[in-house]
Amino acid sequence: MSQSVMTSGNRPEKGMGKSPAERTEPTGSGLRGFMRSSGGDYLLLAVFAAAILTMPIWLAPIGAGYPDILQKFAIFGIFALGFNILFGFSGYLSFGHAAFLGVGSYAAVWMFKLLSMNAFPALIFAVLVSGVFALLIGFVSLRRSGIYFSILTLAFAQMSYNLAYSVLTPITNGETGLQVNRSDPRILDQLFGGTSMTVPDIFGVQLQGWAGFYFCAVLLILAFFITMRIKNSTFGLMLFAIKANQTRMSFTGFSTRPYLLTAFVISGMYAGLAGGLLAVTDPLAGAERMQWTASGEVVLMTILGGVGTLLGPVIGAAVIKYLEQIFSSFNEGLLHRAFDFLPTAVQDIVVAIVAPFVGEGWQLTLGLMFMIVVIFLPGGIMEGVGRIARRVRRDKPSDDGAASKAGH
Amino acid sequence: MTTDILSISGVGKRFGGLRALDDVNLNVKKGSIHAIIGPNGAGKSTLLNCLVGRIIPDQGTVTFDGGSLLGHKPHAINQAGIARVFQTPEIFGELTVMENVMIPAFAKHDGAFRVNAWQRARERGAVREEAEHILDDLNLWDQRDHIVNSMSRGDKRRLELAMCLVQHPKLLLLDEPTAGMSRADTNNTVDLLKKIAERGITKVIIEHDMHVVFSLAEKVSVMAQGTVIAEGSPEEIKASETVQEAYLGGAHL
Repeated sequence: MSQSVMTSGNRPEKGMGKSPAERTEPTGSGLRGFMRSSGGDYLLLAVFAAAILTMPIWLAPIGAGYPDILQKFAIFGIFALGFNILFGFSGYLSFGHAAFLGVGSYAAVWMFKLLSMNAFPALIFAVLVSGVFALLIGFVSLRRSGIYFSILTLAFAQMSYNLAYSVLTPITNGETGLQVNRSDPRILDQLFGGTSMTVPDIFGVQLQGWAGFYFCAVLLILAFFITMRIKNSTFGLMLFAIKANQTRMSFTGFSTRPYLLTAFVISGMYAGLAGGLLAVTDPLAGAERMQWTASGEVVLMTILGGVGTLLGPVIGAAVIKYLEQIFSSFNEGLLHRAFDFLPTAVQDIVVAIVAPFVGEGWQLTLGLMFMIVVIFLPGGIMEGVGRIARRVRRDKPSDDGAASKAGH
Repeated sequence: MTTDILSISGVGKRFGGLRALDDVNLNVKKGSIHAIIGPNGAGKSTLLNCLVGRIIPDQGTVTFDGGSLLGHKPHAINQAGIARVFQTPEIFGELTVMENVMIPAFAKHDGAFRVNAWQRARERGAVREEAEHILDDLNLWDQRDHIVNSMSRGDKRRLELAMCLVQHPKLLLLDEPTAGMSRADTNNTVDLLKKIAERGITKVIIEHDMHVVFSLAEKVSVMAQGTVIAEGSPEEIKASETVQEAYLGGAHL
């Protein structure tokens, strides 16, 4: 603390002549990048929106330029964005978020059956129901923290999964899954001389193919915008503070549990929206969506992309869904063709080695990739991007960039 | 005649077979600096934990500013006007200095719980200004952008003090504010504490360093084996034989 402490009469000059206005403006606002000026936020939002909406063009070269996979990117992007509000911001790792995804799907399909094939009532209902569900589960689970919280959420999700198969069969239709039938009442559609279609729509536009993707994409951009506002808000700051030091938070006068419960409910609602969208793009809901593997997947997406970052979860979701698509579609026949250029004997050996990592076993590849990322890039893909950006910036101004690189 | 802002009477606490606190009686005058000294294991920190709601005593009463503190959660006690500086700084290590100071200011402005998920934290002008003033006062302004984890130990302690002061508490509890500091840093801290005494904040200090105690405190309570064995002005304590027996092992100061 050197010579820094001063008496009231002897203030150092730097503090003296400045009005608060003068002090707030320049380089240091005292708040990190994620709290930078609103202009920067809107720039980020614009770039994000443009990138999402043009995905069909720039993802075409890697074979992902078709609506089925792109809407998966968008839907799981929303799921991961919401999950990150809880896990990334407040540090509470939920292992049961797939339950809210499943509940959202069921709620949406029920709206399709009872009210209308219009996507809006279905999505609103999905978000509300999963929000209420998250309130109940969160209220109990948040009595504990750390690993106990994770186990409680996992237990609740597995209970929901098993209930969907057993006691709740009248609501969930058990193993068959909940489907839309022509004979469903659909009160609103009947009232307005409705269609007998069983495809979700928004006011006449059927949400299939590209329309389905763009609908999901717009909602993803909206979800991203809301997440950005939450991150920059007072509420967001409190979540980050809870993550940093929950003890200090309570001795600083904050009741931390309501903050955590709010974050839990918000992230449950995001999951409900994602579940609802899964039902919109394919009006079918099954209990397997609630299984613990699905909960684990969103954890992987978030960590792979970058915990606590804005863009990371969306990127992580897209990467995992893309790899799933690529690797699970391979089979031995395709592998033999891919390694055609090798002599038959070598080809057989190579195929035998690679085969367990593709097709049914693609999770093996995912697991390996996940290990590599966690060990070498604990901050996920976003940390990797940051490191590359810093390296580029460091090399550019100086001519002896190679020397400085060698030094590190 | 000044009134007592804090009165502890008959407080006891057992941990299994250990009697950590035994019939502790202590009164702190409003606006004073009150030191609690005593050997390790005397129950000083346990007593402090009782005051902030971390530990609930088995018996006795604690009255602060006219109301009972017992049975209240730590956040409610803070909202009532008690702030605490810990022995090892409890701060938000991953956040910046500015954010660290803004957060307690928000607690003062918004209460224990308020969801404001839309307005940007940085646009809360009043909160920012208060935080800026405190940073300026404690000479942390130049470090406002630093991530707290990267700061030196002394700076972290000063930051924690800033986080408490930004709330304008009625009572400030300091748990060994100079532990592990060099003589120069200790002197600076003493100067700083003297300076903030002018703000009229009542302070209770647990301290091992007799130099600090005797240069700051107006009143000293000596604890040993879970109870207060002596109380008085620094001079009286220095002269007391009971204290020297129990605490200093008979050696003269």
